[in-house]
Amino acid sequence: MNDILQTEKLTKRFSSVLAVDSLSFALRQGSITALLGGNGAGKTTTLSMLLGLLEPTSGKISLFGQDFIRNRYNVLGRMNFSSPYVDLPQRLTVRENLTVYARLYGVADVRERIETVSSEFRLQDLLDRRVRRLSSGQKTRVSLAKSLINRPEFLLLDEPTASLDPDTTVWIRDFLKNYRDTYKATILFASHDMREVQLLCDEVLLMKRGKIVEEGSPQELLLKHGKDDLEQVFLDVSREEEA
Amino acid sequence: MQKGSSVGRITALVLRYLYLLRSSWPRIIEIAYWPTMQMIIWGFVSQHFSRSSPELTAGGILISVVLVWDCLFRSHISYTLSFLEELWSRNLGNLFVSPLRPREMIMALASISMMRTLIGMIPAAILAIPFFDVSVFQMGLPLLGFFLNLVLTGWAISQFVTGILIRYGLGAESLTWVLPFLIAPFSCIYYPLSTLPDWMQSIAVFIPTTYVFEGMRALLLGGSFEPELMLKGFALNSVYLIFGLISFFVSFQAARRHGLLLQSGE
Repeated sequence: MNDILQTEKLTKRFSSVLAVDSLSFALRQGSITALLGGNGAGKTTTLSMLLGLLEPTSGKISLFGQDFIRNRYNVLGRMNFSSPYVDLPQRLTVRENLTVYARLYGVADVRERIETVSSEFRLQDLLDRRVRRLSSGQKTRVSLAKSLINRPEFLLLDEPTASLDPDTTVWIRDFLKNYRDTYKATILFASHDMREVQLLCDEVLLMKRGKIVEEGSPQELLLKHGKDDLEQVFLDVSREEEA
Repeated sequence: MQKGSSVGRITALVLRYLYLLRSSWPRIIEIAYWPTMQMIIWGFVSQHFSRSSPELTAGGILISVVLVWDCLFRSHISYTLSFLEELWSRNLGNLFVSPLRPREMIMALASISMMRTLIGMIPAAILAIPFFDVSVFQMGLPLLGFFLNLVLTGWAISQFVTGILIRYGLGAESLTWVLPFLIAPFSCIYYPLSTLPDWMQSIAVFIPTTYVFEGMRALLLGGSFEPELMLKGFALNSVYLIFGLISFFVSFQAARRHGLLLQSGE
């Protein structure tokens, strides 16, 4: 499989703070990769740069073979994003929100696509309800539905299963795997849920102080550190660094 | 699957604001409520003055200028409030990870602003006919020029304000309400330019709205349309619109540099 994303010495500096320090990595098409790290590690800054919301101080981002920093509008329609920390308009209904975003992404058959994603995310009964009347778990499902409205080839997720009950979490996890398998989509997500990462991801990028300090498959990291779960690896790496 | 066009994205965003408008009857009523109240209050003031100083109210000038001035305020408020909705709902991040360009957002905001201004002003202008026997429509085609000039001034201010909002967040929200009134004393809405002291006149000649109201007075009181006043207004508006656009794009780039688009609303 080809790399759909390549970063080269990607750097972001906010005044005297070096938030992301010369980050170079690649994502294979069809892979699911987790971006892990403690608070302030640079995960959100990295995601923001990959979404075009934040201008890097230096470095390169190549997405779908194009220079993303210069030509981001050529590829933004092939990507999408969901985060519990970015809201959808609260006064609009779920259907209205999905309609607006389907049109923004130039989806061909808006009605049919909304039917499909609402069925996939069990939102049929919520379609005509205003977003502000939804529970936080329902909002997360709506946000995920919005992120798949254009059937993206590259999906970026920030805490995709935050606020979801265990049953829905398992269901979302299976859905994302199935989506990747069906459409050969590439998924990059930031999470603090190590169990989710272990069950869902092919690759892990562990960040600390703006740098990738570990990378590999969950199994490789477990073997390397001689641990049973990723949480132990995460703590191990954090303590090693501090020592 | 996705082959969006610029028009499609602008329409999508306009649809978002129309959904918002449709979601609340009080909002729709409010759009027409304030211009109508202004018209009624100034209508009675005008009637009162017409007995003692008929020259002040000849040709329905007082009600006409109040209505036309409100076009500026409404166009600015409609534009900026729609943008503020994105900050209040913390939705800017979602919008700008989509293929929506900032210039398309500007087009969408201008479109919804024009719709809301017309929804607000037309009922007030129509009601002024039976209430006070004043019809701004009697001005004919020049009314369209006066209206467009004021709407353009409103948008120029809005672009400057939204640039500040995108850069500094909701802390700068009060500018939305304050800024249009900064130019009001210089705009010569209720009095001719010659009323102002010299130092204020030297500022007023750089304000496009001054030429709109001077032109309206020439038309309603003198019966003559003076195209050079209209053209001066449009020329100045073009300059301020370009300045407003530059200011917005500079602020947008600064927001991208400082990572403010995801944090907006906080």
